[in-house]
Amino acid sequence: MYATSYHRASSVEEAVKLKSANEEGKYLSGGMTLIATMKQRLAAPSDLIDLRHISTLRGISIDGRKVTIGAATPHADVAASRELAAICPAICKLAGHIGDPHVRHMGTIGGSIANNDPAADYPAGLLGLGATIVTDRRSIPADDFFIGLFETALEEGEMVTSVTFNAPEKAGYAKFNNPASRFAMTGVFVAKTAGGVRVAVTGAGSSGVFRHPGFEQALGSNWSADALSNVAVDASNLMADMHANAEYRANLVKVMAKRAVASAG
Amino acid sequence: MGVEGIGARVTRKEDKRFLTGKGRYTDDMTVPGMKYAYFVRSPYAHAKIRNIDATAAKAMPGVIDVLDGKQLQADGIGNLICGWMIHSKDGTPMKMGAWHPLAVDTVRYVGDAIAIVVADSSGEARDAAEAVVVDYEQLPAVVEAVAALASGAPQIHPEAPGNLIFDWQIGEPDAVDKAIATAAHVTEIEILNNRLSPNPMEPRATLGIYDTAEDHYTCYTTSQNPHVARLVMSAFYNVAPENKLRVIAPDVGGGFGSKIYIYPEEIICLWASKKTGVPVKWTSDRTEAFLTDAHGRDHVSKVKMAFDANNRITALKVDTIANLGAYMSLFSSAVPTYLYATLLSGQYDIPAIHANVRTVYTNTVPVDAYRGAGRPEATYLLERTMETAARELGVSPAELRRANFIRTFPHQTPVIMNYDAGDYEASLNAAMQAADWAGFAARRSQSEAKGKKRGIGMSCYIEACGIAPSAAVGSLGAGVGLWESAEVRVNAVGTIEVLTGSHSHGQGHETTFAQLVAGRLGVPIESINIVHGDTDKVQMGMGTYGSRSGAVGMSAVVKALDKVEAKAKKIAAHLMEASEEDIVIENGELKVAGTDKSVPWFQVALASYTAHNLPSGMEPGLKETAFYDPSNFTFPAGCYIAEVEIDPDTGETDIVQFVAADDFGNIINPMIVEGQVHGGIAQGIGQALLESVQYDENGQLLTASYMDYAMPRADDLPSFKLSHQNTPCPGNPLGIKGCGEAGAIGSPPALINAITDAIGHNKLTMPATPMKVWQALHPAH
Amino acid sequence: MTKVTLTVNGRAMSGECEDRTLLVHFIREKLGLTGTHVGCDTTQCGACVVHMDGHSVKSCSILAVQASGSTITTIEGLAGQGELHPVQAAFKEHHGLQCGFCTPGMVMTAVDLINREGGTLTEETVRAGLEGNICRCTGYHNIVKAILAADAEMAGSRQAAE
Repeated sequence: MYATSYHRASSVEEAVKLKSANEEGKYLSGGMTLIATMKQRLAAPSDLIDLRHISTLRGISIDGRKVTIGAATPHADVAASRELAAICPAICKLAGHIGDPHVRHMGTIGGSIANNDPAADYPAGLLGLGATIVTDRRSIPADDFFIGLFETALEEGEMVTSVTFNAPEKAGYAKFNNPASRFAMTGVFVAKTAGGVRVAVTGAGSSGVFRHPGFEQALGSNWSADALSNVAVDASNLMADMHANAEYRANLVKVMAKRAVASAG
Repeated sequence: MGVEGIGARVTRKEDKRFLTGKGRYTDDMTVPGMKYAYFVRSPYAHAKIRNIDATAAKAMPGVIDVLDGKQLQADGIGNLICGWMIHSKDGTPMKMGAWHPLAVDTVRYVGDAIAIVVADSSGEARDAAEAVVVDYEQLPAVVEAVAALASGAPQIHPEAPGNLIFDWQIGEPDAVDKAIATAAHVTEIEILNNRLSPNPMEPRATLGIYDTAEDHYTCYTTSQNPHVARLVMSAFYNVAPENKLRVIAPDVGGGFGSKIYIYPEEIICLWASKKTGVPVKWTSDRTEAFLTDAHGRDHVSKVKMAFDANNRITALKVDTIANLGAYMSLFSSAVPTYLYATLLSGQYDIPAIHANVRTVYTNTVPVDAYRGAGRPEATYLLERTMETAARELGVSPAELRRANFIRTFPHQTPVIMNYDAGDYEASLNAAMQAADWAGFAARRSQSEAKGKKRGIGMSCYIEACGIAPSAAVGSLGAGVGLWESAEVRVNAVGTIEVLTGSHSHGQGHETTFAQLVAGRLGVPIESINIVHGDTDKVQMGMGTYGSRSGAVGMSAVVKALDKVEAKAKKIAAHLMEASEEDIVIENGELKVAGTDKSVPWFQVALASYTAHNLPSGMEPGLKETAFYDPSNFTFPAGCYIAEVEIDPDTGETDIVQFVAADDFGNIINPMIVEGQVHGGIAQGIGQALLESVQYDENGQLLTASYMDYAMPRADDLPSFKLSHQNTPCPGNPLGIKGCGEAGAIGSPPALINAITDAIGHNKLTMPATPMKVWQALHPAH
Repeated sequence: MTKVTLTVNGRAMSGECEDRTLLVHFIREKLGLTGTHVGCDTTQCGACVVHMDGHSVKSCSILAVQASGSTITTIEGLAGQGELHPVQAAFKEHHGLQCGFCTPGMVMTAVDLINREGGTLTEETVRAGLEGNICRCTGYHNIVKAILAADAEMAGSRQAAE
């Protein structure tokens, strides 16, 4: 790891101020990706602004069917939330399968989506739920937030403070692990929301998380795994690596989508 | 059998320190003034070094010095060597290219060491390493063995034209060709054995300490054989004479072969300590481990197996190309020859065998012994071929194997080995029963009803371990003898230290060796300490690899104990005025048989040291040393059965059961033996389903971390069903064989036989990843 | 250099380090507690697992400065001097360790798992709970056995205490 300077923020305002004073700095939440990347010397922020001690960023609040998750809420808290499981078990299941137990104790929802790793789980969950990402300065619909590989709509210095969504009628998540890294080699989140059916795919797209209109249409008219059987998955925009070529990923996209529907609750 | 003696499930003496964080591994060592090393390594698979400029690096904060290969060479440090001479079939010796510990003019694989940076902290050392400017002239690279042999391939060492190291053969080519020509059936198959990285969880580390006043070096290192390390560093690398070099291998976190070899870093840190005047510690990170720890396997073979009309094997013909990487590692030449082709008879009576092996340089990490070392390659080849033959001949896999088992012993194979004992059918029967082979058809129907594919496969392995009679290996080209030593040191109050040249890095010697002594003398196991891993404490020894510590290392302890007991009996006889022939040792006492006269063990020990009343002419003391040279290899064998269920939608393989029936001869501690088998099977399953070292065409390592190299995790594996069928080994005093490698040897073919059974055809290579299995099930893709 | 203050194994400890120093290196090198190990660079092997404020974390992926102010338990602090925690005892009894290198992380993981899901563990949930820890020696067979045995024993003593 290259040398860096650490700052601990106690409020959102302080964090944003620290960030603007240190242009080459980065926000640090759970650090489960950032620290790992810095260890490999693939990132070299001059400064780290730690958000983990800002109490207002942490916690899950539920108002009727409206869910708000603070950006610094660890995956383990989301996975274990009974209140959340009562109205949206799929997001709890998703959180409970990120990384491993130790990573889930540290890693946060805000950190995950701000990083937007193309194989991360939360981007599929939030895009599938049609969530809104709330920052220190605005609200961004998930459809506009996730832009490309490790790329989001966040501006310089902008910080995710929470995510909100309305619990869907039904939702499910199915993921096929990369046998080595255990990241999603393909993960599909399906949701039957007030605004219609949404299907989001992670781990497979060559420009990151994406929605699958064909699946959405098919499920819109018939919410069942079988409805997806005859819908084609185009392999041409999918990632290819030594673990999975694009054709195999295309197959996984369909298989995982069917399993997500079958398991939806 | 006593509660703490041979055969007892004694919990391990060493566990408490590991469980409470008190293990002492090399990276845990700190000494005053210690500094940290980081190596500048080649980012290219093949390149000329035009210039190394360390000026900027030397000026960086905390940097003590930056040293390169020219300085190392100028100080007379020698090149790394391969310690086993193999001759090609035309009589020419193997063509070994120069391996400089720090590259001087050419780098030959990504990770080849170029310079060492010594600094106050590891972070500063790494910062400075990035500031060393190396001017490279890139050269074309080749990573596949077959491609390296093709005409026009990049030439890697001037000493080895066409990258061919040797072209070796064993057996009778004419007899084999004749048998194939007249066979009722010939099974032909091409076998790929995937390249693996051993991955002990403790990365390699070394701490080099030079003492100016004494002109003496101390090397803490992650080694399976510290004495061999000292010998090689003294005799070949000119680091220091043996009496000026102490090598200590403290607690070592797994080896699996990868810590047998003496690597450049150990030599360089010792030398750098003298150059800089400070103790120098280097600890590998995991990516460095992937880039520099010797890899294993990587064979491509063509096989023909001939059968007569009664399905009896009449001949086996094997043509293998083995990738040895960029340099010849310490035992690299022995692995694809004498540790491989000599096992090609398997458990079968095969009248004629011929194997041709070509070894090849490529621009990849050196390849050497990894758990099993040659024997997994032989077993995979043979057992895949047997399975394929059974399918082609329309007989059951068990029937074909039974028809060809060796049934009388000793049995001389056509490929050197003389099997001393075994009962292969007993293991086959036990395994089939444990797996409920007969019920498989019903289970398959149940799986099919769920839309799953189910398969079952077996593997009947044999291996040769307890390596080996020194004269025999010497005649085959080994540079060292493969005996073992032991010293049994009885203290004045009767407690005992056993000093062994074997090294424990997970095998539990501190318990099993103590069990042997406790059982023999009837003294508490707590009164016995096992000392190993330090050249200043322990007499010359050969270390631990090739499942040899029980069969060879413990046999040396037996020999030393025999001498100690003989002397103790003389003393006891003298003290009790009895005849020495009448003395028996039981429950910590020396008794006169048939009487109630006895003297406690501690009193005999004390008498030996007070020396007030010893038999006339006897030397004081009770301490004996022995060297044991085995008379033969030992031949563990067994049958493994894997049953799998495959999800055709994803290609994912679920191991629904894994059965191992092993014959290890007599067993010292069943708990520890079972643990060895579990671990071996897990590594074999890793090879079969998950693990594969992959390079791109430019020689960049694609699997350089656990993000891409799939290690078996708990949820990839089932619990295993084990049993033992014990035919004692007649070749050593304890009747024990060896159990450390069997699991890794026997399991890969069982898995692949099961998966190919499930998918209905043979077109599948290891590792059988979900994608590859899915592709095999959907050939259009 | 920054001052880091921690409560480690019940004792207040502090030391100076660079901001880039990882918690695992601080524990090993500044505090001299070498039971916590480093086996990979990518937050995967779990040899470095410690408990931070009661939860298992990978100390190789946390800066010491990030952890400052927290309460840490390492393998050395799991049981009293000379004693074994029930999980440690079960690993010994069931031969859940060989070379010992992954063992501290495995034990700390198992304790955390039992803390969270104690009394309900099955072979399947134990194997799933070990997804962040790699062992190369044991094939996990005896680790799983040890954790299930420890869970049963600890559940028994909880019941007895109630």
